Amino acid sequence: MRAAPMTNAPANDNRIAASNVNGGRTLTLRIFRYNPLQPEQEPHLQSFTLEEADTMTLFIALNEIRENMDPTLQFDFVCRAGICGSCAMLINGRPGLACRTLTRDLPREITLAPLPGFELIGDLSVNTGKWMRGMSEQLQTWIHRTGGAPDLCRLEERMEPEVAENIYELERCIECGCCISACGTAQMRPDFVGAVGINQLARFRIDPRDDRTDTQFFEVLGDDTGVFGCMTLLGCEDFCPKDLPLAQQIAYMRRKMVLAAT
Amino acid sequence: MTQPLTGRRPSRLSAWMDMVQGGTGLLLVLFMWAHMLMVSSILLGKDAMYWVARMFEGEPLLGKPYPILVSGVVLFILAAIVVHAVLALRRFPASSHQYQTLHHHIRSLRHGDTTLWYLQVITGFALFFLASVHLYQMLLHPGDIGPYASSDRVWSGRFWPLYLLLLFAVELHGGIGVYRLVVKWGWFLGKDPRRGRRRLQRIKWLITAFLLALGLLTLAAYMKIGMEHEARVGERYVPAHLQPVAEPQGNP
Ligand code: HEM
Ligand code: SF4
Ligand code: SF4
Ligand code: FES
Repeated sequence: MRAAPMTNAPANDNRIAASNVNGGRTLTLRIFRYNPLQPEQEPHLQSFTLEEADTMTLFIALNEIRENMDPTLQFDFVCRAGICGSCAMLINGRPGLACRTLTRDLPREITLAPLPGFELIGDLSVNTGKWMRGMSEQLQTWIHRTGGAPDLCRLEERMEPEVAENIYELERCIECGCCISACGTAQMRPDFVGAVGINQLARFRIDPRDDRTDTQFFEVLGDDTGVFGCMTLLGCEDFCPKDLPLAQQIAYMRRKMVLAAT
Repeated sequence: MTQPLTGRRPSRLSAWMDMVQGGTGLLLVLFMWAHMLMVSSILLGKDAMYWVARMFEGEPLLGKPYPILVSGVVLFILAAIVVHAVLALRRFPASSHQYQTLHHHIRSLRHGDTTLWYLQVITGFALFFLASVHLYQMLLHPGDIGPYASSDRVWSGRFWPLYLLLLFAVELHGGIGVYRLVVKWGWFLGKDPRRGRRRLQRIKWLITAFLLALGLLTLAAYMKIGMEHEARVGERYVPAHLQPVAEPQGNP
């Protein structure tokens, strides 16, 4: 194998990726292939080689493969900007967003696999949406008000900017599923709601518009499928592509739920 | 996570188990730190260790040593370990399928804290056996603690291999344990939780390195004394202030 001549790529090149400036490397992408609708085809890794382009992301690489080499390759993308959360996959064994991963940060050989822990749609595409919906229904991740529907003709109640900012910080979760694939607990125990679930309840716990008491939160989060199942392995925190403060939120809910139990 | 659950009332057991597991873990770590400092008194000399041993037998207060006090402490620690281990058992992977998933996960993720957790599970498992042997010995022979008695056990009684393994298992397990406990409940993370966590990790390794070094030196000291005392196994140490005044050296 020849050493990657990284020097070919000028460090401060600000030409755009679309111009397909040759980054100098030939990449080999080994991609997991399996289509549940064609079970006679065993799951296997298929290799594709392509020339690396400047500031190439995995999103660009995968599209190139689908356009030029294999139109049957399945993978998900919507926003290609790290917002929709649909492109998460295992990149050399670790979860991440394909649209936010530059090939130049990776070795010449790149292995791509679907996120474990979710239903496989085909190849790199998994049904995170179904999982997230189940989690959301189990934890009831929406505003609960005791006073019924709000009066839409009246001004909304004021909220301290600091509270609003804290809520906004936790709202940034894009439900990509990386924290579930990075969590040993969630991988061993499929009924664990994971950091994404705990973080979402923390978001409603600090929202003054949600009237639920800690006892009510405890009902959905207070056992081993919830916050007490977490063993503090911290994969979630270290692999969340949105850098959410997950360890802190899990600790926060753990303290609240302990108080609710005693 | 399949169907929505409505109106379920989870028992408080999970919450209590989590608290008690952490509580017994913390208690055991604090005990192990204090224990290491006491045992290492041998590095200050036989008399220092002799004094520490008699103190725990209540001599300064009760006038004479009562080794049964040691048995009492041992029993208490044993109980804490049993409770802790029973609760920790629920965290072990429970089937070959879970082991497979976990091993695959650890290998492909290459993630420090996940790997450390697994090291904790393995050392915890080893402690089942290593700690029981030691505790049984101390429970039934609480009087055999002293500069010569302990050294004889370490060397002539061939306990040093056990103690060597026990040292590494306890320090790794306990060190990782407190670190995870602190992060788990969100203590001492400071304003910036990420930097706080890295700081805690550094502190954790410093403590572990210090205790391992101290432990190895201490074990070496007992082994040396035991080696030198091999011919007179069973003889008890007489502290300096009770030793008969040494015969004047035969000056020519
Ligand atoms: C038979 C002996 C032992 C076994 C089987 C055992 C097992 C375990 C296991 C599997 C865990 C991880 C639990 C989790 O991830 O939630 C754990 C946690 C812990 N252990 Fe042990 N352990 C033993 C003895 C000890 C001793 C002697 C100490 C003190 C040095 C100790 C201190 C801790 C601490 C502080 C934790 C963290 C508690 C937590 O995360 O809530 N353990 N133990
Ligand atoms: S918490 Fe982070 S990793 Fe988990 S789903 Fe949300 S954005 Fe993704
Ligand atoms: S801290 Fe660990 S066990 Fe808890 S949710 Fe995150 S990765 Fe899973
Ligand atoms: S395509 Fe939307 S997050 Fe990657």
